[in-house]
Amino acid sequence: MEIKKGVAVSPGICIAKSLIIDSEDYRIPRRLVEPPQRMIETQRARNAFRTAIEELTRSQAEQKTIEQRSIKDIFAVHLRFLHDRSLRKKITDLIYAESVTAEYAVSTTLRDIAAHFTKVKDAYISERAADIYDIERRLLRQLLGSKRQDIENLTEQVVIVARELSPTQTAGFNKEFVKGIATDAGGRTSHTAIVARSLGIPAVVALEDLTEIVHRADTVVIDGNRGIVIVNPDDETIRQYETYLTEFIELGHKLDTIREKPAVTRDGVKITLLGNIEFPDEAESILEKGGEGIGLYRTEFLYLNRETEPTEEDHYQAYAATVSVFKHRPVIIRTVDLGADKYTQSKRFAPEPNPFLGLRSIRFCLRNLMMFKTQLHAILRASVLGEVKIMFPLITNLQELMQAKMILRDVMEDLDEESIGYNKNIHIGIMIETPSAALTASTLARDVSFFSIGTNDLTQYTLAVDRGNELVSTLYSSTDPAVLRLIRTVIQDAHKAQIDLSVCGEMASEPDSIMLLLGMGVRALSLASPMIPEIKQIIRSVTIEDCNNVARKILTMNSERHISSFLRNAARKILPEAF
Amino acid sequence: MVEKASKIQTKEDALDKTACETDVEIKNTDGLHMRPAMQFVDIASRFKSEVTVSNGENSVNGKSIMQMSMLAATYGTKLRIKTEGADAQQAIDALKELVEEKKFGEPAPNNQKKHTLG
Repeated sequence: MEIKKGVAVSPGICIAKSLIIDSEDYRIPRRLVEPPQRMIETQRARNAFRTAIEELTRSQAEQKTIEQRSIKDIFAVHLRFLHDRSLRKKITDLIYAESVTAEYAVSTTLRDIAAHFTKVKDAYISERAADIYDIERRLLRQLLGSKRQDIENLTEQVVIVARELSPTQTAGFNKEFVKGIATDAGGRTSHTAIVARSLGIPAVVALEDLTEIVHRADTVVIDGNRGIVIVNPDDETIRQYETYLTEFIELGHKLDTIREKPAVTRDGVKITLLGNIEFPDEAESILEKGGEGIGLYRTEFLYLNRETEPTEEDHYQAYAATVSVFKHRPVIIRTVDLGADKYTQSKRFAPEPNPFLGLRSIRFCLRNLMMFKTQLHAILRASVLGEVKIMFPLITNLQELMQAKMILRDVMEDLDEESIGYNKNIHIGIMIETPSAALTASTLARDVSFFSIGTNDLTQYTLAVDRGNELVSTLYSSTDPAVLRLIRTVIQDAHKAQIDLSVCGEMASEPDSIMLLLGMGVRALSLASPMIPEIKQIIRSVTIEDCNNVARKILTMNSERHISSFLRNAARKILPEAF
Repeated sequence: MVEKASKIQTKEDALDKTACETDVEIKNTDGLHMRPAMQFVDIASRFKSEVTVSNGENSVNGKSIMQMSMLAATYGTKLRIKTEGADAQQAIDALKELVEEKKFGEPAPNNQKKHTLG
């Protein structure tokens, strides 16, 4: 039994067998298999060689021009390596001799060869190590790729263990079988955390070296309430957790009973609770949990779970499916927020050195107009089906907003020409998630009908902290005085301009922050469905007067630590059982 | 063990196998990097004979690109090629030609010098 402490990012408890997802971007940990499994691992290695050869032969055939001859030569060399029996034998021998996974055997063998090259004094030859790393990655991609398919075709319940998860990896997760997630890296607002919360499964991140400890099919307990992961728990621990699990489910049922009740404070102020969704099939769960619409419909999934760019029809089908669930209730579709990930980076010859400050989100869209127009076309087409609104992400200045609106007008004209109906008065809003947008909110407010504060990025950009970097993630806090001052500015400017305002970042689902947000004047929150009942319960337990007092007090405080402990105490007094 | 080895020997003799051996020197500037290693392996693989290449320290299979490239033979390295089998002579001739005459179709320091002088 081994107990690891991490950061709890999505509540719940689960006990299941582990399924480890390695990545070709990181070192493959040495992982043992049972002797009977060795034959399967050997076969996996052979299959990886076979498909890698097929793939490479195809790419080689595609290189036709003379300039590509050197590439063709490189491919030819790689093919010789993949056909080399002695290389394959070295790998399969290692699987048998040491009972290790195919991934580990492939990676170690090729890295040994590469290391041998690096040691050679001749610069020209030592550089050839790069070729060996290429071959290693190619084989690992085959091995890990087939594993990703396994995840999409799971037949038993598992917990996912990984170094870090990318949107491409999580897009195939099936809620029925993926019961929990634990990762080495990440923070409260990492992609893993967001996906886990939207799927309503427990997750713990920042576990540092969990992937080195866990072996395939080990039993793992994920305690997403306390941030604990237990590998191979003893019988006593399993019994404890089973009891704890039953109690937790009961608390969930208790909260479910408030579903039909309105989100109104004790002194009668109505708060709008909207849902954040990533996939169309989550729409139902927002309604089930008592959400009144969609405050943030992320559309990146359309790009991340497929090989080719989605067609206009793909977009339309996804939006139409969601809008039809909500009918007259609002659905805010955020235009694609790709960036700093494999999708935008893989199209570039060299990855951006600083992708979070690079060509992402609306900037990426404004540079890829065909792609952007395709999405806007589909959103407009879906706008006749219900109460659809458009939201542009990561606006940093007025010009970007004007440009995005101009392109939207172009698309409207296209629709007019095609005689396709759409809502001509569709509401347009923006995410406020950069300090520059927050500071110029009064200007931006003149050209939009709503703001939505994205507290995750706003916090990251204001405090200059990478939320996924465990070395600095403790500095990341949406209740930092600097972030709160920006949020206050945005709320005041929205009120002055009489436009709608909501908060859609993680802050909106943190029980501690609710009183503060209401006290600062927020009347609409958008959050992941599993958190809606709990947040509604808090709203129903407070008065706006209490909230105003909390906010007034907080805005005089200068230390994040004082603020967070003050908020925790205030929230405990209101609703002790939720904490 | 001894008995077994001698048996194999007899069998090979019966198949009328010959063994050849020659020393070559790497004469192209960049040495036996990936592309030359590939050419060597491709030619060696055309013959039925076994091809062994040794740099004094290690002896490797001349038909394996992994093993050949790991010899990391730089310019001026002397290698001993051994071939064994029905077409041993043809194999060794072809390989010697590739290394020393054709120099893998790559530039050699001598060539460059002549060029500059001329």
